[in-house]
Amino acid sequence: MKYQNQESIVSHLRLKTSPRHNLGDVVFKYTTMIFALIVLSLILLMGYEMYQDSKPSILKFGWSFLTGTTWDPVQEEYGALPFIFGTLVSSAIALVIALPLSIGIAIFLSELAPPRLERPLSFLIELLAGIPSIVYGLWGIFVLVPWIRTSIEPFFSRHLGFLPIFHGAPYGFGMLAAGLILSIMVLPIIASISRDVLKSVPQTQREASLGLGATKWQSIRLILKDAKSGILGATLLGLGRAIGETMAVTMVIGNRPTISYSLFDPGYTMASVIANEFTEATSSMYISALIEIALLLFVMTIIVNMLARILVWSVTRSTR
Amino acid sequence: MTTDVISRSTTLSAKPTEKQGQSTSVKMTARNINAFFGKVQALYDVNLDIAGNRVLAIIGPSGCGKSTFLRCLNRMHEVAGGTMTGTVELDGQNIYGTDAVLVRKRVGMVFQKANPFPTMSIFDNVAIGLRLTGGVPKSQMNDVVEHSLKQAALWDEVKDSLNKSGVSLSGGQQQRLCIARTLAVNPEVILMDEPASALDPIATAKIEELIYELKKDFTIVIVTHNMQQAARVSNTTAFFYMGKLIEFDETKTIFTSPKQKQTEDYITGRFG
Repeated sequence: MKYQNQESIVSHLRLKTSPRHNLGDVVFKYTTMIFALIVLSLILLMGYEMYQDSKPSILKFGWSFLTGTTWDPVQEEYGALPFIFGTLVSSAIALVIALPLSIGIAIFLSELAPPRLERPLSFLIELLAGIPSIVYGLWGIFVLVPWIRTSIEPFFSRHLGFLPIFHGAPYGFGMLAAGLILSIMVLPIIASISRDVLKSVPQTQREASLGLGATKWQSIRLILKDAKSGILGATLLGLGRAIGETMAVTMVIGNRPTISYSLFDPGYTMASVIANEFTEATSSMYISALIEIALLLFVMTIIVNMLARILVWSVTRSTR
Repeated sequence: MTTDVISRSTTLSAKPTEKQGQSTSVKMTARNINAFFGKVQALYDVNLDIAGNRVLAIIGPSGCGKSTFLRCLNRMHEVAGGTMTGTVELDGQNIYGTDAVLVRKRVGMVFQKANPFPTMSIFDNVAIGLRLTGGVPKSQMNDVVEHSLKQAALWDEVKDSLNKSGVSLSGGQQQRLCIARTLAVNPEVILMDEPASALDPIATAKIEELIYELKKDFTIVIVTHNMQQAARVSNTTAFFYMGKLIEFDETKTIFTSPKQKQTEDYITGRFG
């Protein structure tokens, strides 16, 4: 009797979990999967569209688009090198300034700061990342640029003026201003991700080195060694942000398509030229050339971000 | 394996070496240790003398404060954010009155989970302690690494792959690598925090054998929740319960005729 009863319960449970009852799960799974695939297709579609629209420019200029230094819409001659140069140099300045600061901040927050200081400071740094770039740009025009013009550039030309990178008249607007403002903008990204990476190094590693009689400083150096590739990833994420940043840079870089050794001279970036000239681009070749710049920017940021993510994952996952 | 260990111990006690002659001297003294994590008190007025060149086992149920006590002995308790009062003397000198870094060079530690440095080779993992201190010439470094790995009974298994990553080894080998790393700095006391709890029986037996060997040259304090292990490896045993030191005596006495009811209940498996 009891046995029979048990069997009926089992068959009832079987019924409960029959495929028919799982239909909801299946529908839900595939619906959400479609949502996820939309993101992927969006990226592919964007790439495809930009490729299509920039085809006239690609066919006409070929590789010389990447090496040409003349950007002349009137003569219909387009070379993107000054913009590529401007993007790379301003981003490089940003990283050179922001990286040491960010690593210092990350070390302080993850290794040295007491918890009651760590939380508010981390919050403030992440807040910095959320400020709209137009606000940075305005601050750049009204505070940073005058300061650069009256203090920083005269100081460098007086003391290090023999170096070509500090030649020229102090305009304020220029590559240096763009690099400085970008450094402030990428700092919170690099600092907060580096902090996460350092925090993901297990406590047992800190104890291992301290237990051997390492000083705090030696122990931190060993932790940095473990976290190296993750910090590199954080840096690349910052680089991705710097490459793509448009508004703040456009407002302070001076917007002139030249390639100059001097950091005091104005420059132009890929993002800035698209933002500035897209509305006034009249001929189809002009538009096509701008879209080709957009395509280059798109590919650059995707590569940089992918590398960055892989590096950050390799650290935060393997140590978990 | 157990009988092997025991026979070794009898030969040792039958022919005491010079170092064993000093074994009755007190190496470390803990006085009135009260330890805290924030407001939570983990240890209450612990007093304990640790004899030199002997093995002290600390047993007790989870959360009894045995690991906390161990970590008070080389100032690792403060690394985890804890605080404590009382004094710990090493050769008569209060370790809380000197530099923690110097203390940890003299009082080494082996952790529950093997924690070799993942980015370093086997060789570097052993050499790192000396590199941190500095001043050891390269030629001598090879000797120290070889000697330490031999002491940790790992040399024969890794001598052909010293450049491989430390984390490529098995769990038991990694733990012996960590022991070799600790030995390379040549500490006077070695603290072991459940060093075999994550290992299989064969690897555990190797570690226990090793502890027997190391007793000749070092003072060892081992925290374990495995009572058989405590009985096998130690000379003296301390039983902790609820943050208090309940009983401390020769291991044989603790396991055959404990004086406290709580100790007897614990070792007979009535709780914990």
